[in-house]
Amino acid sequence: MSLLSIENLNTHFFTKAGVVKSVDGVSFDLDRGEILGIVGESGSGKSVTGFSIMGLVDEPGRIVDGSIRFDGQDLVGMPEPQMRSLRGRRIAMIFQDPMMTLNPVLRVDTQMIEALRAHGSWTDEAARQRCRDVLGQVGIPSPDERLKSYPHQFSGGMRQRVAIAIALLHQPDLIIADEPTTALDVTIQAQILFEVQKLVAENNTAMIWVTHDLAVVAGLADRVAVMYAGRIVEMAGTDEVVDQPLHPYTAGLIGSAPSRNARGSKLTQIRGMAPLPMNLPTGCAFRPRCDHASAACNVAPGPTTPQADHLVRCHHPLLDGRDRGTAA
Amino acid sequence: MTVFIIRRLLQSVVVVAVMTVLVFAGVYAIGNPVEILISQDATEAERAAAIARLGLDKSLPEQYLSFLGNLLKGDLGTSFVFGEPALQLVLDRFPATMELAVCAMLIAILIGVPLGLYAGLRPDSVGGRTIMTGSILGFSLPNFWQGLMLIMLFAVILQWLPAGGRGERGEFLGIESSFFSWDGLSHLILPAINLALFKTSLVIRLTRASVRETINLDYVKFARAKGLKPSRVIGLHVLKNIMIPLVTIIGLEFGSVIAFAVVTETVFAWPGMGKLIIDSIFQLDRPVIVAYLIVIVFLFITINLVVDILYAVLDPRVRLSEQKS
Repeated sequence: MSLLSIENLNTHFFTKAGVVKSVDGVSFDLDRGEILGIVGESGSGKSVTGFSIMGLVDEPGRIVDGSIRFDGQDLVGMPEPQMRSLRGRRIAMIFQDPMMTLNPVLRVDTQMIEALRAHGSWTDEAARQRCRDVLGQVGIPSPDERLKSYPHQFSGGMRQRVAIAIALLHQPDLIIADEPTTALDVTIQAQILFEVQKLVAENNTAMIWVTHDLAVVAGLADRVAVMYAGRIVEMAGTDEVVDQPLHPYTAGLIGSAPSRNARGSKLTQIRGMAPLPMNLPTGCAFRPRCDHASAACNVAPGPTTPQADHLVRCHHPLLDGRDRGTAA
Repeated sequence: MTVFIIRRLLQSVVVVAVMTVLVFAGVYAIGNPVEILISQDATEAERAAAIARLGLDKSLPEQYLSFLGNLLKGDLGTSFVFGEPALQLVLDRFPATMELAVCAMLIAILIGVPLGLYAGLRPDSVGGRTIMTGSILGFSLPNFWQGLMLIMLFAVILQWLPAGGRGERGEFLGIESSFFSWDGLSHLILPAINLALFKTSLVIRLTRASVRETINLDYVKFARAKGLKPSRVIGLHVLKNIMIPLVTIIGLEFGSVIAFAVVTETVFAWPGMGKLIIDSIFQLDRPVIVAYLIVIVFLFITINLVVDILYAVLDPRVRLSEQKS
């Protein structure tokens, strides 16, 4: 049985200007130890998917439909005390901006020990020992001194390591990482990616890595889900998605990234702009930006699997190498 | 830290020096106190004697210099009106005003912070909206009118509390204060509430705004993602951060409550410094005015010093020794 099984998740935001369907019928499974990359532009609903799993969707947002089964229990509608006992202990989260994740007025040890004590009683010495160990694991030198520091005494990369250490404190079954390397230098990004991959493999932790950067996910994830306007438009093994994208949007994403092989040539762009979430086109949301759009696209495409284990939501999947990489 | 405090004290000396010059020149420009102090039918000789006695026969710079000389000896002069040492007059009234100010600020903090937290956490609830609407009344109704209404309701109609004056003082650990006797407290409640109403509204609104701002920040979400109880997320992660703006405002307001409690002291016949300074200004009693202002300046400087030290305690990013001001 999968560790996490999401079925038809719908998370909507009820704003004064109208209902925003941030997550609109998302389904996927995740096994223990598996890394799933969720790729999409800003506003595609990838972060909201993560927050929905954590049970941290704030007003005016609400999960209106669907189920999130984690280790056999449905997290949707789970009473808050029960949900809280999972948060941080069995499901942990890492945020995007390391400058903002740690509380500026509390020492690192305070913030780590409180995370331990939220889920059981720890003596001072045992808690400190655990914190030192985990800080050492994520590559923080002289963790003993660092525990007594305040967040502003750390660099961005170091802060993100502390945040990752906090996520690892209870050896969770699942870590949701919401673009944790976006705000970091490329060299630091590479180090952190490498270490996270190692730690996750050691502990057999499942992971959802949310990002807008397909390149980051390519080297990390086992599977990739591409989101557009609240829906998963394509999901398959990482190699299949990167090498043989079926959805025109995925192909466009890959085509718009600079690469060594195409040096000097013009980068292809995806036409138009991401639609406003309040005002999505009917049918396939990508229709107005797609070169393959036809009358059929006025009806929203359902999920199909034209190839084994390769899900796509498109009336005109890019089979037979047609226009691959230059779509749109 | 020590350097910081010493620098602050030196600054305060400069402020006091500038302030005394201004007050001296200002009071001199307003009018001659002799006209007020001496009866209309005094003879020319009596008049000259009075002027000489008060030291007003000398030129203004001379008067100022002799004042400075006395100041260094700790003598702020003698009141023209009461014939007593001016500083003593002010300090006699000081505890009464201090009691009122401390009590008012305590009310403002103890009521304002929890209500502000509630309104910030539940902005769309009936309770939250009621608090915000109520707070508008707090600072839009004139202070003296609020005082009169309090007297009318609690002293005249309900007859629960006395209408004015300062009650008996109790003694505790050698300190004499209205806080330690029931009669004293009952006299203190109404003027303190009157003085606190505006401050409470201010604290409510500031707390609410800070909570609204802080609650959406990543570190609060991260704290929740760690599985912390809401009481800890709010009570530590949010509250410690919003204390920084709150301490600033509370410090400033505490100073202004002490210095400008005149209206409330008048309405409730509270024998504090505010009443004294108003009387002294009417009678051009310069030594008392100067003594009062020196006390207030030192008070403000002390409060600001305490606020700055609290900053450093609350916010590790503030390092006092590096501060320029």
